[in-house]
Amino acid sequence: MIDPVALWTVIILLGAGSFALRFVFLGLIGDKPLPPWVLRHLRYTAVAVLPGLVAPLVIWPEATGGALDAPRMAAAVVTLGTGLLTRNVVLSICLGAATLYGGLYLLG
Amino acid sequence: MATETTKSIFWQGVRDGAPFILVIIPFSTLFGVVATEAGLSVFETLTMSVLVIAGAAQFTAIELLRNDAPTVIALVSALAVNLRMAMYSASLTPYLGKATLGQRAWAAYFLVDQTFACSVLKFDQNPDWTIGQRLTYFFAVAVPICPLWYLFTVIGALIGSSIPDSFALDFAIPITFLALIAPMLRTRAHLAAAFVSVVTALLLNGLVYNLGLLIAGLAGMMAGAQVELIDSRRADREGNA
Repeated sequence: MIDPVALWTVIILLGAGSFALRFVFLGLIGDKPLPPWVLRHLRYTAVAVLPGLVAPLVIWPEATGGALDAPRMAAAVVTLGTGLLTRNVVLSICLGAATLYGGLYLLG
Repeated sequence: MATETTKSIFWQGVRDGAPFILVIIPFSTLFGVVATEAGLSVFETLTMSVLVIAGAAQFTAIELLRNDAPTVIALVSALAVNLRMAMYSASLTPYLGKATLGQRAWAAYFLVDQTFACSVLKFDQNPDWTIGQRLTYFFAVAVPICPLWYLFTVIGALIGSSIPDSFALDFAIPITFLALIAPMLRTRAHLAAAFVSVVTALLLNGLVYNLGLLIAGLAGMMAGAQVELIDSRRADREGNA
C-alpha cells in the first residue's frame, strides 16, 4: 500500500511542477528563444524515460516474482509491434491485453 | 481569413479536438483502474488527474510509488516525463505571449499533447489570427478532451475498486507504456534515445532509490540529441553536395 503522505506529496508537487513546466516560457520568459541544444534534449525526454521505466517491468515481471514469463513477454511484443505498425495507441493496448489473457488462458 | 468569426474558430477547435476522445476515454479509464488497484481512493485518483493532467507522468508516479520508490524519485521521474511540456510552452510563446497573465496561466494548465499539437499547426497556418482567436481555438480543443479526462478517471476508479486481483492488471502499466512509446519512435534519434534508455535501465536495475531510471533517462536524452545532431549535419552535407 502506498504511504498517504508520500502519495499526497507526489500528487501536489507533481501538479505544481507540471504546471511550472507548462508555464515557464509562456508565462515567465516570454519571447526569448531557447538555445537549440536545450530544445534538442527536451525533444527526447519522454522517449528516453518511458522505455527505461518499462523495460525492467517486461523482463522481470513482479507478478511472477521476476521470472521471465511467456504470456507477458508475448503481450509486450504484440503491443510494441502493433504500435510500430499502426501508430494506434488504443488498438495496441487492446491487442496487447488480448495476447496477455489469451496466453495466460492457454498456458495457465 | 477576415471572414472567420470567433464562433467558427471555436467550433473548428472542438472538431479538431474531438477525435482524441477515442484515446482519452480508454486511457483515463485505465489510469483510474490502475490507480485504485495501487491503493488510491477515488478522490485521490481524481485529484491527481485534475492537478497533473498528463497521463504518462501519472502512470509513472503510480508505478514507482507502488514499488516503494522514494518519494523524491517518483516525483523527479514523473516530472522528467513531463519535461516535454516546457518545450510545448516555448513553442507556443510566440503565438500566445501577448495574452494577459491570467489567460496565459489557464493556457499553461490546459497545455497537453493534444492542445499543443492542434494549436501549433493551426497558428502556423493562420498567421493573421488575433490573439483572441488563437486563445479561442486553443481552449476549444481542450473542451472535448479535458472534462472527459476527469470524468473517465472517476469511472475507471469506480471500476477498479471492483475488479478482482486475478485479472493480471500488474501488466496494464507495461502494456500502456509500450503502446505510448511505439508511435514516438519516428526517427533514428528517437530509436537511439529509447534503446540507450532500455539498456542503461536494465544494467542499472539494482541501483538504490531507482536511480537507474533517472540515469537511463539522462543517457537516453543525450543519445537522442546526439543522433539528431549527427543526422542533421549529414542531411546538410547531402543537401549541399
